[in-house]
Amino acid sequence: MNAAWAWTILVVVVGASLVVLVTRREQTYRALKDLDRRWIFLLMLLAVAIPILGELTFPEKPTGLAKAVFDEIEKLEPGDKVLMAWDYDPASEGELGPMATAFTYHCCKKGLKMYYMTIFSPVGPQMIDDSINNVLKTEFPHYEYGVDYVNLGYKPGYEGVVKVIVSDLKELYTTDHYGTSTRDIPMMKDIRNIQQMDLIVNVSAGYAGTKEWVLFATTPYPENIKMVAGTTGVMAPGMYPYIPDQLLSLLAAIKGAAEYEELVMSAYGNDDLGLKYRKGMLRMGPQLIAHVLIIILIIIANIIYFAEKRRGAA
Amino acid sequence: MKRLIPLWITAIAGIVLIASYFVPYAQGLGELTSIWFDILAGFAFILGGGNLLKVHLKKVSDKVAGWGYSVILLASFLITLFVGLGKIGVHPSPDYPDNSWSGVYNEVGSPFWWLYEYAFKPLTATMFAMLAFYIASASFRAFRAKNVEAVLLLGTAFIILLGRTFAGVWLTSWLPESLSGLKIENISVYIMQVFNTAGSRAIIIGIALGIASTSLKVILGVDRSYLGSARSEP
Repeated sequence: MNAAWAWTILVVVVGASLVVLVTRREQTYRALKDLDRRWIFLLMLLAVAIPILGELTFPEKPTGLAKAVFDEIEKLEPGDKVLMAWDYDPASEGELGPMATAFTYHCCKKGLKMYYMTIFSPVGPQMIDDSINNVLKTEFPHYEYGVDYVNLGYKPGYEGVVKVIVSDLKELYTTDHYGTSTRDIPMMKDIRNIQQMDLIVNVSAGYAGTKEWVLFATTPYPENIKMVAGTTGVMAPGMYPYIPDQLLSLLAAIKGAAEYEELVMSAYGNDDLGLKYRKGMLRMGPQLIAHVLIIILIIIANIIYFAEKRRGAA
Repeated sequence: MKRLIPLWITAIAGIVLIASYFVPYAQGLGELTSIWFDILAGFAFILGGGNLLKVHLKKVSDKVAGWGYSVILLASFLITLFVGLGKIGVHPSPDYPDNSWSGVYNEVGSPFWWLYEYAFKPLTATMFAMLAFYIASASFRAFRAKNVEAVLLLGTAFIILLGRTFAGVWLTSWLPESLSGLKIENISVYIMQVFNTAGSRAIIIGIALGIASTSLKVILGVDRSYLGSARSEP
């Protein structure tokens, strides 16, 4: 389904609604005033399901923040070390999974060494496994575990973990996620702490996540630790004050992911990759229709509110 | 003693962590305290599990309203714990083929993997996805332009909602380049980077001052609420 079709459907639906509203004003007023919330649920279901099933996409124009994230990874040289802090879980996978996939793909294309870890949740390692299985093992089978990438897994302690690994990584990470000693992992041999990383890429759904990395890693060591992040929509407003000194840049929610995907795919994509690396863009379709629906609902609710006030005053 | 020892541990750990931030010689002590914290955080999972069992077993035993949900929770908790810790259905690691317990607990195809992939993952994703329905319903029922502040909030919400989609780009695409600052997607970015940042900074500074004051009270032993009720003291 293309954008022109979507707009046509939207204009027809809104137009038909206006015709009904004008011709049957009293009945419409009563129906909307006592509207059962299950009708709203049904509308939202349709607003989300139809664009998903129709694979509705729109063109994405990357903003400055997405470009800055892309440029920070572009600046790195092959062999540079990147700490991939995947601080999210299945609940937020729908919003953050696409950017995690795009980050991994971009880093692989740049030939970077990837150190995955998580401090958010005990199910974080499974999110890391998803990135490894969906991107590394399928598109980059020549990448070798322990040489090009490593999954250090989850450690409890939230910001306490960050406080320790900024000065001594192996104090806490004696093994990787699968129980192999970090002394036996080639790419871990020369690593003493995360100040040796050339960049931290964080994908975060809450506590502990971007804020803790900013407060306990990039802020105390501004010369040595640099970070870019991608967060959920509810977290993003709270991260803006840290940009650009403590946090180089930020991808906010699925919109940020879609913009970043556009940049990565424009630079490194090809037609054979399919939709796996365009999930952010695909999810912007339902986001658009859902947002328009919410705006329409708010406008209708306020029309009813003012009509009620006028009738009450009369 | 039951309250005095935790008070001293808190005071010493707090002072060490503050000192380690400002005094280079105390950095090693600060790291040591952080390592202890991380080890204790690991034990918190055991404490949390024990507490969960205690609370829900009591609910089942007292047959309080909704005790059936507690049964489901306890069964889910114990089954997941059993198959995870026991590494049920996991093949031994190739490095240690004789040790049946040497495999990875979440090996693809194992019962723990199955529970994660087909129960935990869809359930948590569903919980998060349901927010869309509640937001739609709440926007219809609660968002009213009752006063000037509410009108400003509504206007900002509309700009951000449109600016975060292609609708914003489409609606103001007719504006000439000289007026690009008035395009919805650019106004949306401006709101987030200027108004939102200013407000967030004020809140962050306020919270930081509050945390500093509360932390001092805890370190100095003035605020002892974290120790629980004084009545339990012998």
